[in-house]
Amino acid sequence: MRTKIELRNLTKSFQSDKGPLEVVENVSFSVREGEFVALVGPSGCGKTTLLNLMAGFVRPDSGTVIIDGTPQAKPNSRGILISQQGSVFPWLTVRENLMFGLNGHPPADHADIADRYVDIVGLKGFEDSFPHELSGGMLKRAELARALVVKPEILYMDEPFSALDALMSLRMRNELLRILAKERHTVILITHDVEEAIHLADRILVLSSRPTRVQATFEVPFSHPRKLTSAASQELRMSILRELGVDHDEAE
Amino acid sequence: MPTSSRRISGTVFIFDVPQTSKPMQHLKVSLPALAVIALLIAAWWMSVIATHSLIFPTPWAVVTGTWELIHNGTLWQHIAASLTRVGIGFGLAVCVAVPLGLWMGWVRGAYQTLNPIFQILRPISPIAWIPIAILWFGIGDFSPVYLIFISSVFPMVVQTTVGVHTIEKRYLRAAENFGVSRRTLFTRVVIPAVLPQIVVGMRIGLGVAWLVVVAAEMIALHSGLGYMIMDSRNAGNRYDLVVAGMIIIGLIGLSLDGLMRLLEGNRWVRWRYAH
Repeated sequence: MRTKIELRNLTKSFQSDKGPLEVVENVSFSVREGEFVALVGPSGCGKTTLLNLMAGFVRPDSGTVIIDGTPQAKPNSRGILISQQGSVFPWLTVRENLMFGLNGHPPADHADIADRYVDIVGLKGFEDSFPHELSGGMLKRAELARALVVKPEILYMDEPFSALDALMSLRMRNELLRILAKERHTVILITHDVEEAIHLADRILVLSSRPTRVQATFEVPFSHPRKLTSAASQELRMSILRELGVDHDEAE
Repeated sequence: MPTSSRRISGTVFIFDVPQTSKPMQHLKVSLPALAVIALLIAAWWMSVIATHSLIFPTPWAVVTGTWELIHNGTLWQHIAASLTRVGIGFGLAVCVAVPLGLWMGWVRGAYQTLNPIFQILRPISPIAWIPIAILWFGIGDFSPVYLIFISSVFPMVVQTTVGVHTIEKRYLRAAENFGVSRRTLFTRVVIPAVLPQIVVGMRIGLGVAWLVVVAAEMIALHSGLGYMIMDSRNAGNRYDLVVAGMIIIGLIGLSLDGLMRLLEGNRWVRWRYAH
């Protein structure tokens, strides 16, 4: 498969009161087209900065992000970022939110296209609702639909389901897999939930604490639907946790 | 387990018992406020009687005075004159403040250039502008309109600018991500996001405008509630009409604020108050 995203020696530091703060240090890896890569690492390690660098919201100090063979310059709708807090516009209805990013189509079709994606994520009947009228899980669905409706090639997801309760988070994961099976996107997922990473990703990169580097890489060889209780996936989980510095007793 | 659940439902039952109708509940809530007003009127009445004041009116004299104003039609003329001046001055201020505030909020250079001068002009009392207003516009309708404008424009500019500055970055990022045009960014993100703050600014601005119109009309004009109050005093110490004018000003101010509060329930800003 073709390489979709390539990170070459990416380095980024921020100015703080105590001088420069190294956040990302010499990170290189590449992602194939249609691949689902999860980045796990300790909190505050610079995962979000790494994702912002990839999506083009933050410029690196040195190194380059190459997407489809050309250096990433500015954020664009070919790669949509779904942030942790969510960014569904509270002043627009669900339908209006989905129509927001539609530029390329004739305006008359916008509502139809939006409604199709509202249906895909299971929000039918809530097209005219405002975000404050939705539950947390429904809001995530709306966010996902708004990203998918512009047909992005890449989805950058920054702990998208971490604010949901365990049950809803699990349902959203299954939902995401169902949608991804239909529309083949390249996905970069940041998470601190190792189980979530094993459930969703083709490959898991373990990041070190700040300044972040790629510390280890794990392939997830299981086919979907995955059984997270299987011995093999439990074993993978333990090795990833060990890599993150959590010893056996703590993890149990 | 069954015992504890019964106890819980019992508690709920006790709290649920007093079912009163909505108007009754309204009355119950506003009862203390009405009692205070009644007490105040009673105290006023008694003190007028006790001091044998010949000038200060009793509440009843105010009622008959108001009736007199209603009857001869002058009250409506004064109210209409005051409201028209506020309408024009405030309307002009909205037309200037909202675009200016959006511009200052969005363009850093505009903010840095204009904000200091606005911060200096803002704390100047509108009353201090009266001599200049008379100098520039003479004694006519335009002076109070100008004073209303100058007093309500600054709070609205400031509120709108703050509104733009406090748009959460995640929304601007999302808009940037979808690569929308500048026009879409403004009409679908910036303006809707700031609208609740604009409404807050308008509420403050209209409140100030109503305060100022009365003060401005006291100077020298031939109509308006402020004029009516000064005229009643000058022409024969009609303090019943002075107090009537004051109460009417208060009631109209309250209704204007109520109107602005209705705006807060509008579909376009409701999201802001929905949590």
